[in-house]
Amino acid sequence: MANRQGPIIFSAIEPSAGLKTALDKGRPGTIAEVRNSGLKGRGGAGFPTGVKWNLAASARGDRKFVICNADEGEPGTFKDRVLLAEYADLVFEGMTIAGYAVGAKEGILYLRGEYAYLRSHLEGVLAARRENGLLGKGILGKDDFDFDITIFMGAGAYVCGEETALIESLEGHRGEPRNRPPYPVTQGYLGCPSIVNNVETFAVTPHILAKGADWFKAVGTDRSTGSKLFSVSGDCERPGVYELPMGITVAELLEHVGGENAKAVQIGGASGHCVPRKDFSRTIAYEDVPTGGSIIVFGPGRDMLAVAKNFMEFFVEESCGQCTPCRVGNVKILECIEMLEEGRCSIEYLNEIIELCRTMQVASKCGLGQSSPNAFLSIIEHFQDEILGRVHVCR
Amino acid sequence: MLESERNLLRKDIAELCEKYGHDRAYLLPILEAVQEKYRHVSDVAMQEIADGLGIHPVEVYSVVTFYAFLSAEPKGNFIIRLCRTISCDMAGKDAIARQLENELGIGFGETTPDGRFTLEWTNCLGMCDQGPAMMVNDVVFTQLTPRKVHEIISECRKQFGPYTLQEKEAR
Repeated sequence: MANRQGPIIFSAIEPSAGLKTALDKGRPGTIAEVRNSGLKGRGGAGFPTGVKWNLAASARGDRKFVICNADEGEPGTFKDRVLLAEYADLVFEGMTIAGYAVGAKEGILYLRGEYAYLRSHLEGVLAARRENGLLGKGILGKDDFDFDITIFMGAGAYVCGEETALIESLEGHRGEPRNRPPYPVTQGYLGCPSIVNNVETFAVTPHILAKGADWFKAVGTDRSTGSKLFSVSGDCERPGVYELPMGITVAELLEHVGGENAKAVQIGGASGHCVPRKDFSRTIAYEDVPTGGSIIVFGPGRDMLAVAKNFMEFFVEESCGQCTPCRVGNVKILECIEMLEEGRCSIEYLNEIIELCRTMQVASKCGLGQSSPNAFLSIIEHFQDEILGRVHVCR
Repeated sequence: MLESERNLLRKDIAELCEKYGHDRAYLLPILEAVQEKYRHVSDVAMQEIADGLGIHPVEVYSVVTFYAFLSAEPKGNFIIRLCRTISCDMAGKDAIARQLENELGIGFGETTPDGRFTLEWTNCLGMCDQGPAMMVNDVVFTQLTPRKVHEIISECRKQFGPYTLQEKEAR
């Protein structure tokens, strides 16, 4: 394994120690341990992992699935790339533990098309695990436990990171999110109970099983236990992947990466929030500023309206077009940004667009449209002086 | 399309459908294989796949047009996708974009007349700490500079022409 350091995921662990403990504890014991740890989904939505597993375990069905969401498409996120390239065994072990806990025999890694170059490496890791009796029939000599993992390639669609869209895509459809309920834990892939978890969530679980829920809870805050992988990019001296405790302040994080003179930080990618300098004492945790791990640092010279424009262009492109608030709303916001750029947007019109943003947050069908106005709203709120009343410059 | 080409396509698709048990759930892997070999999913291919899976061709069309890595129009041998998302943007993607246009003589969204290169924008490649980044088919290139762009394109060009075979053997 690579030489990275961190409190949980990058800490030392014996290969298969987590899986062995899980098999010793039994199914209910494994789920209880994960639930006690307070682990929440690391993709950003923060649903308690133990609860999800328990729902899938108690759902009725002969066939169940464990799906790993490796459709890492949020701008500024690349931690899953690092985990899959350097810690693939840990991720697959986590999936195997989940398979054991919920009673699934089949695991699927949904790998984004952009990471196709990782596929042969991952197939190699899977083959080695099969050879060592860690995948396949009767895992680690346990007669009643069969589990195997296949890799499924995505084809370039951000919205497929949404779990029901991902399932639609696995079934060979357009990646359009489904109405919920029913939730995937009862009716997911091919109508069977399925759990969909982020790559990082699976990478954490072997550590929790091997070292205990209390060890895990010792890191982080009461409501956001454990650590988080941060993908840091932008105007800082040391971009890269960092594992730091939950509840760290923005200022502390910037110190780690050499971005102290930042003007603002985008936390949670394009769908996240922009935190201005005056709020750098805020903490990164589910109860304050949540994140899937994306940290983009903006230096003093950055034009924040250009940043907002880049994000909105992204959403206009990536909206699946299924529901109206998202399909039309994102285009309207982008138009408003262009008006602001040219300095011909009245405050009254701007307020109307802000109203529209609120509507999108409530009325969109999935997380994409519900969160796409976040960046625009927070940038407008904090950088009004810089944005309003621009004099049009012909470029 | 020549009848012989059509037969070849038909045979390939029949094999793919067979491999995946004519199961509709495997539409994406089938489309990805066709895209890779034929550089697009033509109307004929969509019809053949639909027949093989027992679904309507419109369903196949709707999937092909949904995903960025599938296309109904022919693409070049090398598809170059430059990341335009924020971190690569701040790292200077505009200069890279200009150089790519200059080297290839086409704009974004276009394919060279000889069918060798397609130039496209793409969203976040997950290389934000090493931008600007682009993909050439499945291979990712990071920390690009205009000079590097020229070298990458030249390397791709070497794969064409009468000297290719000897060069390949020499390697």
